[in-house]
Amino acid sequence: MLQDILVTGLVNGGVYALLAIGFSLIFGVARIVNIAHTAFYMLAAYCFYTLLTRGGLGFTLAGVIAVVSVVALSLLCYRLVIEPVREHEAAVLIATIALGLIFQELMLYSYGGHFLGVPSTIDGVVRLAGVSIPYQRLLILVVAGVMLAATWLFLYHTRTGLAIRATANDLEVANLMGMNVHRVAMITVGFSVGLAAIAGVVATPVTSVHPHMWLDPLVTMLAIVVLGGLGSLKGSVIGALVIAYVEAITVFTLPEGAHLKGVAALGIMVAVLLARPEGLFGVAFEEER
Amino acid sequence: MYMLRRAWAQMTNEVLVLPSRTMVLVWAAGLLLLPLVYSDAYVLRILTMTCIFAIFAASWDLLAGYTGQVNFGHALFFGAGAYASALASLKLGVSPWLTIWLGAAVAALFGYLSGFLCLRLRGSYLSLATLAFPLIGLGLLFAFPDFSGGELGVSGLQRLIIGPTANYYVACVSMLVIVFGLWAIADSRFGIVLHAIRDDEVAARASGINTPRYKLTVFALSAAAAGFAGALLAHYLRVAGPSTLEVALSFQVVIWGIFGGVATIYGPVAAVFILYPLTEWLGSFKHIGELRLLIFAVIVLLVLLFMPRGLAPWVRDKIEALCPRCKQRNFVFRKKCRLCGAPLEAQVTRAERLVGHQ
Repeated sequence: MLQDILVTGLVNGGVYALLAIGFSLIFGVARIVNIAHTAFYMLAAYCFYTLLTRGGLGFTLAGVIAVVSVVALSLLCYRLVIEPVREHEAAVLIATIALGLIFQELMLYSYGGHFLGVPSTIDGVVRLAGVSIPYQRLLILVVAGVMLAATWLFLYHTRTGLAIRATANDLEVANLMGMNVHRVAMITVGFSVGLAAIAGVVATPVTSVHPHMWLDPLVTMLAIVVLGGLGSLKGSVIGALVIAYVEAITVFTLPEGAHLKGVAALGIMVAVLLARPEGLFGVAFEEER
Repeated sequence: MYMLRRAWAQMTNEVLVLPSRTMVLVWAAGLLLLPLVYSDAYVLRILTMTCIFAIFAASWDLLAGYTGQVNFGHALFFGAGAYASALASLKLGVSPWLTIWLGAAVAALFGYLSGFLCLRLRGSYLSLATLAFPLIGLGLLFAFPDFSGGELGVSGLQRLIIGPTANYYVACVSMLVIVFGLWAIADSRFGIVLHAIRDDEVAARASGINTPRYKLTVFALSAAAAGFAGALLAHYLRVAGPSTLEVALSFQVVIWGIFGGVATIYGPVAAVFILYPLTEWLGSFKHIGELRLLIFAVIVLLVLLFMPRGLAPWVRDKIEALCPRCKQRNFVFRKKCRLCGAPLEAQVTRAERLVGHQ
């Protein structure tokens, strides 16, 4: 059981971290609370499913096409829907909620409400210290690790990454220093949705695809981001692991665990917020008034 | 006789001069008189639900619009009211006329508690943290199905009154009383303090306002109204199910509130009266019935692109103009202000326009 907890926590933590980092980046740079973030994760899963089972493409090609098309769609949505109402915070909020609902209903209409399964990308298991880990979960872990490393490289070792961090730190000063804030926001949205889409593509074989699959990770992701501190990347990764392990422990040890995993995760979040209102690694409130 | 003449004078001088007030009057009178002329059970059913959700949306607006505590988990209060009232009337056998008050009280307690937990949170943190509360409740309901009925909820409740028209009047009258009550609260000195807390909490505290106490009061008040609505719905549908706590309902109320225009009370109510019957009506068609949520979302999105501040403020700005001198509202076709007589269209000379004086 201990091994199960360790493996499940790590794998789920990887997926959650990919989602939470993207959400956190968009919030930090563009100040958008992007409720539709996990809807893009769902879209990527559906796209991957379609290309794989109906289009007959290979795994790699299907995955790449799914990620690229979802990123393109997100940029289009940002341009047409979010940017015209950027100044009105409330309008942005419900625009993203409406986008999520639209995607959900579109998928419900075109694929129906039932659960669709995606075949495993690679079969077989590896035995590691007495635990058998399916290759699929190992793949999720590797992809998550690689993407986290890539995100770190992108943000800390490229000029664009520097611009993104500067904009997140202080939008007005970044603008005055000659950075094109709008383009930085576009790049951030594209990059973050790309992370969510990759998470959707690699995670679908171990979960199932259905139109409401975006709601559960949405709540978990929000809990992680609040727990780690909005806009903090380190916080997102650590928060993702904390929440994933709390969920895994609840599921495997308590009798009604499947129902209580959300309660445990959200309870941890509330407890952290009571002690530190700005999250584990967030910036204190008093600075921005 | 004097009272009557006085009331008539009030009417012509205060209500009928402004198109927005006239619209509210016509709307309220129309709601009360409708069953006398048209009592189709289906229409009354939809309007009853609309009235109940209007209470819910208005209570969200007091908390999120006026006080700035943008609550993403307002369904918690709705569900708390529904479940408390349902369990009390079913297990204890108390009349539902009493248990709906119990539902409101329990919801107010929940509101106070979640307000207490959120006192130190602000902005997006508060929104995202409050989103968690109803989900914690939902998880607990599923984990203890003996008590809560699990996925099926608590069913077989007593109705408040028998008959569609009577039920409609119960919902409609409580909606009018609560909504006008919330409006009066929001318009009073108390409401001004709430505006101050939303706009700058530090400044409000520096002016000697005990902001935590105000925030807790508003949380409890708004939760009580939402819980009352939840209890009404539970007894109307005769079931209190887990759908009263879902994320979808929390998001729904956010959409209603922002679509109608925040910090107005009448905005969210108008939004419910437009959007809820619209989705029901769309659902009655065979072909597009499945698409009604999609159409709903698209309509909300399109309206927001043109009226980012919401529907009600946009309409109000179109039909009423602000007097440049005394800042009172006037019908847009008037030449002079109805109170101070200042010309409504400010005479802007060319020079002033050049330097940006308007």
